[in-house]
Amino acid sequence: MAPRTSPEVGGMGHSIKRKEDPRFVRGQGTYVDDIRLPGMIYLDIVRSPFAHATIKKINPSKALSIPGVLAVITGQDLAKYNLHWMPTLMSDTQMVLPVDKVMFQSQEVAAVLATDRYIAADGVEAVEVEYDPLPVVVDPKKALEPGAPILRTDKKDKKDNHIFHWEVGDKSATEKAFAAAKTTIRQDIYIPRIHVASIETPGCVAQFDKVTGKLTVWLTTQAPHAIRTVVALVAGHVGLSEEKIRIIAPDIGGGFGGKVPVYPGYVIAIAASVLTGKPVKWVEDRMENLQADSFARDYHITAELAAEKDGTLTALRIKTIADHGYTDAAANPSKFPAGLFGICTGSYNLKAAHVQVDGAYTNKPPGGIAYRCSFRVTEAAYAIERMVDIMAHELNMDPADFRRKNFIPADSFPYKSALGWEYDSGNYDAALTKAMEKIGYAGLRKEQAEKRTRGELMGIGISSFTEIVGAGPSKHFDILGLKMFDSCEIRVHPTGKAIARFGTKSQGQGHETTYAQIVAEELGIPASHVLVEEGDTDTAPYGLGTYASRSTPTAGAAGAMAARKIRDKARKIAAHLLEAREDDLEWEPGKFFVRGNPGNAKTIQEIALAAYTNHPQGTEAGLEAVSYYDPPNLTFPFGSYICVVDLDKGTGEVKIRRFVAVDDCGNIINPMIVEGQIHGGLTMGMAPALYEEINYDEEGNIQGGSFMDYLLPTAVETPNWETDKTCTPSPHHPLGAKGVGESATVGAPAAIVNAVVDALWHLGVRHIDIPITPAKVWKCLRDHGVSE
Amino acid sequence: MANRKIHVKVNGTPMEAEVEPRLLLVHCIRDTFQLTGTHIGCDTSHCGACTVLLDGKPIKSCTFFAIQADGRSITTVEGLEQNGTLHPVQEGFCQEHGLQCGFCTPGMMLTAAAFLKENPKPTEQSIRRAISGNLCRCTGYVNIVKAIQYAAAKLAAGG
Repeated sequence: MAPRTSPEVGGMGHSIKRKEDPRFVRGQGTYVDDIRLPGMIYLDIVRSPFAHATIKKINPSKALSIPGVLAVITGQDLAKYNLHWMPTLMSDTQMVLPVDKVMFQSQEVAAVLATDRYIAADGVEAVEVEYDPLPVVVDPKKALEPGAPILRTDKKDKKDNHIFHWEVGDKSATEKAFAAAKTTIRQDIYIPRIHVASIETPGCVAQFDKVTGKLTVWLTTQAPHAIRTVVALVAGHVGLSEEKIRIIAPDIGGGFGGKVPVYPGYVIAIAASVLTGKPVKWVEDRMENLQADSFARDYHITAELAAEKDGTLTALRIKTIADHGYTDAAANPSKFPAGLFGICTGSYNLKAAHVQVDGAYTNKPPGGIAYRCSFRVTEAAYAIERMVDIMAHELNMDPADFRRKNFIPADSFPYKSALGWEYDSGNYDAALTKAMEKIGYAGLRKEQAEKRTRGELMGIGISSFTEIVGAGPSKHFDILGLKMFDSCEIRVHPTGKAIARFGTKSQGQGHETTYAQIVAEELGIPASHVLVEEGDTDTAPYGLGTYASRSTPTAGAAGAMAARKIRDKARKIAAHLLEAREDDLEWEPGKFFVRGNPGNAKTIQEIALAAYTNHPQGTEAGLEAVSYYDPPNLTFPFGSYICVVDLDKGTGEVKIRRFVAVDDCGNIINPMIVEGQIHGGLTMGMAPALYEEINYDEEGNIQGGSFMDYLLPTAVETPNWETDKTCTPSPHHPLGAKGVGESATVGAPAAIVNAVVDALWHLGVRHIDIPITPAKVWKCLRDHGVSE
Repeated sequence: MANRKIHVKVNGTPMEAEVEPRLLLVHCIRDTFQLTGTHIGCDTSHCGACTVLLDGKPIKSCTFFAIQADGRSITTVEGLEQNGTLHPVQEGFCQEHGLQCGFCTPGMMLTAAAFLKENPKPTEQSIRRAISGNLCRCTGYVNIVKAIQYAAAKLAAGG
C-alpha cells in the first residue's frame, strides 16, 4: 500500500524515526528504578530455600537489630488486614506472604524494610526462618495421579491437584475421522517452562500520602488501568479507593507478558507505604526474577494427526497437561483457561478437531503467562507445525508441497475453523511461495541431497503459522470481568497540534511513534505534532493494556475511530468557514475542500483554530474525541518461515545458516518498526528452540535460576534475519492492520526444530524436544550411530 | 568497615563521594551521582546493561566496587553527547532503529563506542563478537549491528 500522506505528515506506511529514541540514547528514559523520592525506603524479600515446607517460626529480631532496618513484615502481619492472599487474573488465589507454608523454592516468606537497599539485603540475610519440609510434587502428570500429596490445602474442599479441564471441538467427528484415516501419527511434544527475562526486572515505587489518602505507584506494568482496579478491589477494605489510586507505568524495559501479573512484591510495597506513610521502592534482582516471577509454557502435549492416502489432512486430536505451578496465575481472558490454544488447527483446512487441556498444581512458581505471544498461541502453532512436518516426512512428501496441499484456500476467507474461530483473512500460499523464492528452496533441497551422500547433516525447516491476536470482542473476552476493549482520547489544540492518550502501554514497541502516525493518517496533522501519552491512569482513558499483540488491533483502532469523530466535527466547522454545505465538502488528509474547487479549502490547522476562536453557533467549541473500541473479531496475522541449519557432528551444535521470514500483518503503520518487531520476535523464537529452559530437580530446586544457566541469545548466535512481507488487510479493522509484535516468536520455533529434524530424519529421528542443545543433538547422533 | 572517600572523573567532571567499601560502582553512579542512564539487568555481569567506560575501557559496573574506581575516569551514557552533538553511535542507533525498549541501549552504545575506537573498520562478525557481552531482548541485534556500522562509517568520514 503506497502511503496516502506525505513524508512530512508521516501517516501510515512511512518509516519515520522513533520519537522515543532521543531520550533513550541520551540515557534520559525514566524507568521505575530511576524514580527517587524524598524519604524513600527500600524493600527486600526473604525467600524460601524449600519447594514445599511448613513455616514453623520466623524470627526477625537479629534483622531488627541492624541499624537502618525499619521493619520485618510477615504473612501474619498482612493477615491482620486480610492482605496475605490475593486473587490471580484467573480467579485463583496467590499468597502475598505465607502464614503457614511455602509452595515453591524462592517464594516470598517475609519482607524487610530499610533505609537503604544494602541494609535491606543485610536484613534479609539476618531473618531466621525455621521450616519443616513437606513432600514435593514437581511432575504435573504425577500431580494428577491418585494419592499424590494435595498441594492446595488452603482450599477446604480440594481433594486433588487438578485445576481445570477444558475442551473444544467435535469429539465424535474427530474419532470418526481418525477411524477412517489411511495414515495417523501420534507424537508427545513437551514445551518447557521458560521465562521472558526482560532486561529490566519488575519493580515499583509506592507512595501513600496519609493526609490526602492518595496512593501513587510507579509500576512496571503492561496494564496500568486493570492493576488500578485490582488494587481498589483487593484493598478497598483498608481504605484505598479507586479515585485515589494512581498507577503510573513509566518507561518499561521490555515486557513480553512478564509484566502483566501482579507480583507479591508490588502488594507488599504498597502495604508498606500505607503502613509507614513513606515512599517504598522494591526492585527485584535477576535471580528473584528467574526463580519466582510467573513463567510461560510448560505444556505436555500429546498430538495426533490423521490424513487420507493422498496426503489430505482430515483431523487433529490433542491432549495436554498444563503445569501451572502452585496457582493458576495465567494471564488469560477469563473464559479461556488454555488461552487461545484452540488456534491449533493453524493454517490447515482440517474438517475435524478435538482438543483438551487439563491444568495441574505443582510445587513451582505460578504461571501460564505469555512469552511474547498471544495466550498460548505459540504452543498451538508449534504443535500443529511439528505435526504437519512429521506427517509430510512420514508420507515421504516435500513439506512445502504438503503444506500447500492442505492450506486453507485463499478464496475461502472469512473461514470458520473446526475449533470455532472465524479467520478474518489470509493467503498462506502467497507467503510460503515468497519465502521459498527468497531462500532458493529448490536449490537448497538439491544441496541437501548432495550433502547427505557425503554424510553431512543439513536441514530445511518450514513453519507456516497462523496467529490469533487483538483480544478481543467483549462478548467473549474479559479479564476479571473487565471487557477487553481499548481506548483513545485525542485533543486537537488551537494551533493544530494534538495530544493523544491511549489505554495501552508500550514496553518498547514504539507506540509514541506509531500511534502518532495513526492520528496523522486520519487527520493529516503531522505525526511530529502529535504527542502520545500512555500509562498514567489519572490521565489516560481506561484500557486493558498492551500484550497479546493487541495494541494496534484495539487501541490503534480506537485511535482511528476517535480521529474520525474529530473529522466529523471538523467537517461542520469547515462548512461554516467555507460557507458550504457539509455534503459538498471532500476530505483529503489534512484538509476539507469544496467539491470541484480544490482551492476553496480549509486545513485541519485552520479548522482547529476556528474550533476555539470561531466555532459555528449551535455546536460546542473545542475539537476532541474519545473512542472505546470493541473489536468485532480477532485478527489473524500469518507468515511462512524457512530455516536452514547445519549440524556439527562433532559437537552437536545447531548452526542456523539462513532464516527467511515472510510475515503478513495486514496494512503496516511503520515498516521500520514492524521489521524491528519481527527481528526481536524471531530471536525470542530461537531462544527457547535452542537455549532457554527452566527445570527443576526432584526436590523442586530450580536448575537455571540465573543468567549463568538461563541462556539468552547473544549477537553471536543470532543469525542475520532475512525478512519480507505479503499484505492481506484485515477486513474488519478500521486501518486494515492486524498486529505483529509476537508473530515471529510464535512462528520461529517450529521452523528451527523442523529444520533440525529434517537434517536427521533419514537416520530415524522423528522428534527432539526443545531446547535442542548441542548435548541433545550429540546424544541423538550417538544413539543413531553417527558420532562416537 | 569505615566509609572511604573516592575521587573520580565522571564524564569529564571531577566528583567525590563518601562510599561504603562494598558499594557497587553502578549504585554509586545511579544513586550517589544520580546518573540513571546506566541500568541494572542481572547482577552477575552477563547482561551488560550496566556497562560504563573506565579509563575508556568497557566494564560491567554491577560487579565493580566504587572504591576500585578511585582516581579514575568514568564515561556513562550521559557523557556520549558532546556540545549538543550526538556521538555517531547514538545517531546510528536512532537512524537504524537499533533500540526498542531502550533499557540495554546505554550499555550497548558504550561497548560499541569503545570498540570502534580500537576497530575503526569492523566486520559484521567482529561487531557481533564485541557486543556479545551485552544482551538485548527486543531487537534481535540485526539493527544494532547496522547502527554500529553506521557509526563506523560516520567516524571514518571524520565524525
